[in-house]
Amino acid sequence: MSSKVRKPRHEMPKQAPDIRSKNFEEVALGYTEDLAVAEATRCIGCPKKPCVAGCPVGVDIPEFISLIAEGDFLGAARKIKEKNSLPAMCGRVCPQESQCEAVCTLGKKGDPVAIGALERFCADYERVHGEPLAKAGLSDASLGKVAVVGSGPAGLTCAAELNKLGYKVVLFESLHATGGVLRYGIPEFRLPKAIVDEEVEYIKSQGVEIRLNVLVGTTVTVDELFRQGFDAIFLGTGAGLPYFLGVPGENLNGVYSANEFLTRANLMKAYRFPEYDTPIWVGKRVVVVGGGNVAMDSARTALRLGAEKVTVVYRRSRAEMPARLEEVENAEEEGIEFMLLSNPVRILEDDKGWVKGMECIRMELGEADDSGRRRPIPVPGSEFILDVDTVISAVGTNPNPLLIRTVSGLALGRRGNVIADEATGKTNIPGIFAGGDIVTGSATVIAAMGAGKLAAHGIDEYIRTKNGRGM
Amino acid sequence: MYKILKKETLAPKIKLVEVNAPEICAHAHPGQFVVLRMHERGERIPLTIADSDAKTGLLTMVFQEVGKSTTELGTLNEGDCIQDIVGPLGTPRDIEKLDCVVCVAGGVGVAPIYPEAKAYHRLGTRVISLIGAQTKDMLIFKDRMEQVSDEVYYSTDDGSFGHKGFVTEVLCDLLEKGLRPDEVIVIGPLLMMREASRVTAKFGVKTIVSLNAIMVDGTGMCGSCRVTVDGETKFSCVEGPAFDGHKVDFNELIARQRRFLAEEKLAMEHYLAGAGGCKCHQK
Ligand SMILES: Cc1cc2nc3c(=O)[nH]c(=O)nc-3n(C[C@H](O)[C@H](O)[C@H](O)COP(=O)(O)OP(=O)(O)OC[C@H]3O[C@@H](n4cnc5c(N)ncnc54)[C@H](O)[C@@H]3O)c2cc1C
Ligand SMILES: Cc1cc2nc3c(=O)[nH]c(=O)nc-3n(C[C@H](O)[C@H](O)[C@H](O)COP(=O)(O)OP(=O)(O)OC[C@H]3O[C@@H](n4cnc5c(N)ncnc54)[C@H](O)[C@@H]3O)c2cc1C
Ligand code: SF4
Ligand code: SF4
Ligand code: FES
Repeated sequence: MSSKVRKPRHEMPKQAPDIRSKNFEEVALGYTEDLAVAEATRCIGCPKKPCVAGCPVGVDIPEFISLIAEGDFLGAARKIKEKNSLPAMCGRVCPQESQCEAVCTLGKKGDPVAIGALERFCADYERVHGEPLAKAGLSDASLGKVAVVGSGPAGLTCAAELNKLGYKVVLFESLHATGGVLRYGIPEFRLPKAIVDEEVEYIKSQGVEIRLNVLVGTTVTVDELFRQGFDAIFLGTGAGLPYFLGVPGENLNGVYSANEFLTRANLMKAYRFPEYDTPIWVGKRVVVVGGGNVAMDSARTALRLGAEKVTVVYRRSRAEMPARLEEVENAEEEGIEFMLLSNPVRILEDDKGWVKGMECIRMELGEADDSGRRRPIPVPGSEFILDVDTVISAVGTNPNPLLIRTVSGLALGRRGNVIADEATGKTNIPGIFAGGDIVTGSATVIAAMGAGKLAAHGIDEYIRTKNGRGM
Repeated sequence: MYKILKKETLAPKIKLVEVNAPEICAHAHPGQFVVLRMHERGERIPLTIADSDAKTGLLTMVFQEVGKSTTELGTLNEGDCIQDIVGPLGTPRDIEKLDCVVCVAGGVGVAPIYPEAKAYHRLGTRVISLIGAQTKDMLIFKDRMEQVSDEVYYSTDDGSFGHKGFVTEVLCDLLEKGLRPDEVIVIGPLLMMREASRVTAKFGVKTIVSLNAIMVDGTGMCGSCRVTVDGETKFSCVEGPAFDGHKVDFNELIARQRRFLAEEKLAMEHYLAGAGGCKCHQK
């Protein structure tokens, strides 16, 4: 099937930029069957499978791609699901260019195989054409009972895996909806919420009990959960605590954290205000500070909410931007402006407490810092003023402390993250496990899922050992 | 789903509802609040836990109809349901026995101050309550406050009951006469809390205010509720809602309270048009 002539990669059809920048529907439309087969035939089936090593959960990439090439789309979907239970999401949001596709052999001389787009195709095909998944009988508590806290990708995966292993699982979420960042952070135009819903429904149908509006640590404490008979607790509470720019004017009206802006838009559906009750305000000229996925999502959401001009201000250069390449390109196509090597110094105020401008300073890159990226240094005297009325701060988040500060003796790292064993999710307290952003700080969906799955096995081993000894 | 088990109209536009929420009640402390969402399209609004009973699991909330969400909440009756309630949220007040505290409440602020007055009273602290309202009809929780206070002073803007004028004038008067409580607690409109803090600062009396910043999640994840206290940014849903009144930047908070004024107006108009016009959501 392989040929020596390198065919260019098949791009996914997308909504045209001038149309999509005015709606919240998904931007990328996905492959057709023909396009998927055509793209699949580009894979040369490397015997050493370098791509598999690039995937944090080790999806058997050449195997599923060859099934697509043969037209066995359902088989391909099953193959992916052996390793990744949420392919419809990962195909859409994984930073493929720095994971599986980064090490694809074809990438050395041309474009790598579009692994993410193919994965997404399989998952979407299965959703439409696959057998409805059998409803499992409610899992009994015979093996044990586990509380999973947080319904982001880490918690969802951990709960699903424990349920499969035969445990009774109760998943606790403090918000009124499941999904974590998948729900409140990543916008509809990048990850339709129907996909998140379907995944949650599936887990429920398998017997996982979901309890919304429970802030563990406050509504019910960890000690109480143990007393109620839970054998182990998994903490997947994420890194949802935003920090601000730390410049004068950050509390002016018109300054949002990306979390507030995106939560209003996504979780509360403020983009449909007043049909939905939660308001959101976007001015004419918006500046988003930051260079990650969160910044891209905020900028593109602001555009869709009617901003005339949206500028992303980032203190390093394009090469250091942590956002997914595809989303940076999408943002650019939609007309988002990038002002690189610039950093805010202060936000200017009109006479009524609203933003009327932002003063920035130019930066240049110095030596690499501990993250391996070159450190930005301000250029003295290079200050300039941007004429803006809305500022969205997307400069990062910290681990959520609400629950962990109620657990006395839990070992924490320097940044308030929970310290947990990478292979098992074990913390220093017996019976308490953790994984995802609460351990690593903001990372990726696939990394959180990987951690949730490993912790499920860590918990299984812990409960088996405990019960073995107890008998 | 939380079914409304009891509903009372306490005063024009001020209503009380009670729901069964045993987990919240088992953990609630004075000064804490819940965030509720009425239905699928609703916004998340914070309301103070006006009373809670760990034995019966009954949670009491008192609210004033000021905009779309509270007005719609006011239309729910016994038997209707509130879809989501999460809590208890916020840092509990650290309440210990003192010699004397003064509780200053304005308008619907009487309801949230009641659990604190009650807790101090139970510990044997002398509780002096100053309650202000626009007019006599708007005075709520009178019996309850009298039960947990050693002295109660009233004021109304129109003089229909008690002192004619602002409740902060009563406070100033008592302090001028030499009263030196260990702590003054103030809950009410921002302007009133600002004024009360200004008054007590003159006398060097410790003052705790309960801020009502605009919130979304109420769990520290969005920063919508941020306020400047002593020059530092704080999230009032997690680090508050109670803060030292002498250190709060009230002017900034008053400005932030107006962030969505135009949208709030639109929401109300949209709601009233819907409620008056089509009847599809009724029944
Ligand atoms: C806007 C945005 C865009 C992103 N885009 C991408 C992307 O394109 N690709 C990618 O790979 N990654 C992306 N990420 C990062 C990725 O979403 C996160 O790394 C991932 O969601 C972490 O998963 P988690 O399960 O650890 O935590 P979260 O997804 O944060 O979920 C934690 C959950 O726990 C709940 N919770 C917290 N405390 C409690 C408590 N005490 N009791 C009960 N529940 C609690 C929270 O409400 C939340 O629902 C993005 C992140 C953001 C914010
Ligand atoms: C911690 C906390 C506890 C609270 N406890 C109570 C309580 O026990 N009883 C009660 O009646 N109210 C309480 N509030 C205020 C209540 O949440 C608001 O009145 C409500 O959110 C308004 O919603 P709305 O849609 O009806 O009005 P909107 O249309 O949103 O607003 C109408 C008017 O109310 C003001 N407003 C908007 N949001 C708030 C807010 N969060 N706080 C104060 N004013 C606001 C606006 O300035 C506006 O002019 C509390 C607020 C906080 C933060
Ligand atoms: S899960 Fe992510 S990294 Fe792994 S193959 Fe799929 S897209 Fe690539
Ligand atoms: S490295 Fe690329 S070409 Fe090789 S097997 Fe993997 S996807 Fe196919
Ligand atoms: S309400 Fe979101 S952080 Fe306080």
